[in-house]
Amino acid sequence: MSPFNNLLCMLLGISFTVWFTLLLVFIIVPAIFGLSFGIRGLYMKTLLKELKEIRRNGSSRDLDGSASSTTTGPSPSTSEFEMSDTFYFCRRGIESIVDDEVTKRFTAEELESWNLLTRSNYNFQHISTRLTVLWGLGVVIRYGFLLPLRLTLAITGVSLLVVFTTMIGFLPNGRVKHFLSEKVHLMCYRICVRALTAIITYHHSENKPKNGGICVANHTSPIDVIILASDGCYAMVGQIHGGLMGLIQKSMVKACPHIWFERSEVKDRHLVAKRLSDHVKDKSKLPILIFPEGTCINNTSVMMFKKGSFEIASTVYPVAIKYDPRFGDAFWNSSKFGMVNYLLRMMSSWAIVCSVWYLPPMSRQEGEDAVQFANRVKAAIARQGGLVDLLWDGGLKRGKVKDTFKEEQQKLYSKILVGTMCLQSSLNMSS
Amino acid sequence: MGLQGWRNVLALKTSKNNNRAAWQRAFPVPLSHSQITRLYSRFHSLDKGENGALSREDFQRIPELAINPLGDRIINAFFPEGEDQANFRGFMRTLAHFRPVEDNEKNKDLTSGEPLNSRTNKLLFAFRLYDLDRDDKISRDELLQVLRMMVGVNISDEQLGSIADRTIQEADTNGDMCISFSEFIKVLEKVDVEQKMSIRFLH
Repeated sequence: MSPFNNLLCMLLGISFTVWFTLLLVFIIVPAIFGLSFGIRGLYMKTLLKELKEIRRNGSSRDLDGSASSTTTGPSPSTSEFEMSDTFYFCRRGIESIVDDEVTKRFTAEELESWNLLTRSNYNFQHISTRLTVLWGLGVVIRYGFLLPLRLTLAITGVSLLVVFTTMIGFLPNGRVKHFLSEKVHLMCYRICVRALTAIITYHHSENKPKNGGICVANHTSPIDVIILASDGCYAMVGQIHGGLMGLIQKSMVKACPHIWFERSEVKDRHLVAKRLSDHVKDKSKLPILIFPEGTCINNTSVMMFKKGSFEIASTVYPVAIKYDPRFGDAFWNSSKFGMVNYLLRMMSSWAIVCSVWYLPPMSRQEGEDAVQFANRVKAAIARQGGLVDLLWDGGLKRGKVKDTFKEEQQKLYSKILVGTMCLQSSLNMSS
Repeated sequence: MGLQGWRNVLALKTSKNNNRAAWQRAFPVPLSHSQITRLYSRFHSLDKGENGALSREDFQRIPELAINPLGDRIINAFFPEGEDQANFRGFMRTLAHFRPVEDNEKNKDLTSGEPLNSRTNKLLFAFRLYDLDRDDKISRDELLQVLRMMVGVNISDEQLGSIADRTIQEADTNGDMCISFSEFIKVLEKVDVEQKMSIRFLH
């Protein structure tokens, strides 16, 4: 028994050492210097080839568009009330029941063809044994090899972040601290990027946000932060959480000024606006990163931007982020999954492939109010990312729609009727 | 999706290979196989409580429906008398009224009696939107209430009252100051009901 035990211990020791050396050489060291061996790119190409094979084997289907509406309004030619006027509203209502533009933005996007992840297997029937075998193989690879690897990296990345930023916090404020804090932040975020096997393509890096500006982007998941912060340094804005998140937040703020709010302060819009303006005025501070939608949307559309961040007088740097859903769905459905569950799902997907576009900076023009400015920025982001530009509020995920919209509809219809009413009543009076 | 839900979807898919008539017997509504599958996905995504039936709140969660002035009346059409839950069968039956009429050509051999999306049945659906107390008559009061829903606060009571009076006067043929279903049909005989009360279900 004893020599066998010794042998076992030796083997375990050796494999751990090899494992960690490989990790260090191929992943962590390049992350520190921002280099890449191209392993992830190769992995992505292989996956793509496999998925194309599967698609050819007929595991695809035609996605329906929304029930097309050839709606004509209540006909303006007959502006007297007719009993058929209800038909217009009725038909619009039924169309929205069959398919609407809003509710589908809060669940994961449906795929055209299966990507071998059970979680994306929605309405795909059993095609062939070969596919099931491939799927089984996929499960083994993802859970047996990729997940432990990624977990190790994630833990390394986060602990390094906490440790180093706390250490830097002891330095006096100045250029050295600033320089070191930048390097540390970048390094740790790059390790996290590798922990998710995120393959990111940055476009138009000449438009990267500069100090004293505000960076706005569409929001799909908390990973957006990691993706943007691994390419540039930002001051984050958010609410202080408890637990691990809180620890990370507290140590980050020691190294460089992020803007964290207490829960009670979040409600006070003036306080929030003031702190943001103060930060922006100081040109030595990093650009602020804000997600104006206020909630996670499923990356098929951009919903209403809250005007708060657009009221602050400064340049806005829009950024569009588009994920490729074939490799894993990045959307965080917060009503369905908690954060830990979500991260585990992310780490057991194939990869996270996304494109980031840095758009040219925009400023508020003369005579434009905050809402119009916000809509202009939103339209630019939607256009670049190939997303649908919606006016609906992302808050509809949890809350009810405001009655004012219904009142608008009623007003429109009344206008059509009222035209003849004045005529009628004057006719009645004279007869 | 619950286990029963998946069983249903599987039954739908496998039955495509079986006799079309047998499948139609299981779901006697004029919708195609893929349309039904699509509607089932939609039903399931609206069913937040995952209990196989929709409540009124589930419908209200659709923003475009919530801002529709007649939203409440439309939602009501899905719930049979006195019930608070709409199952998938009922959901499909109600939506089947809106299938375009020309698609009926495929179903001629199978339907006994009038299909749900016939002109008469579409008109019946519209009639029931007005008939709040389900007594098969549209009274002046009911007409006023529906009008009020559509115009909100923008038109005065007197104006609305005169619109209602005029409408009833033009439609009422038997002098009971209410509009019955046959009077309703007569008033709308020149209206292109088939086109106005149909939507495209893609498949």
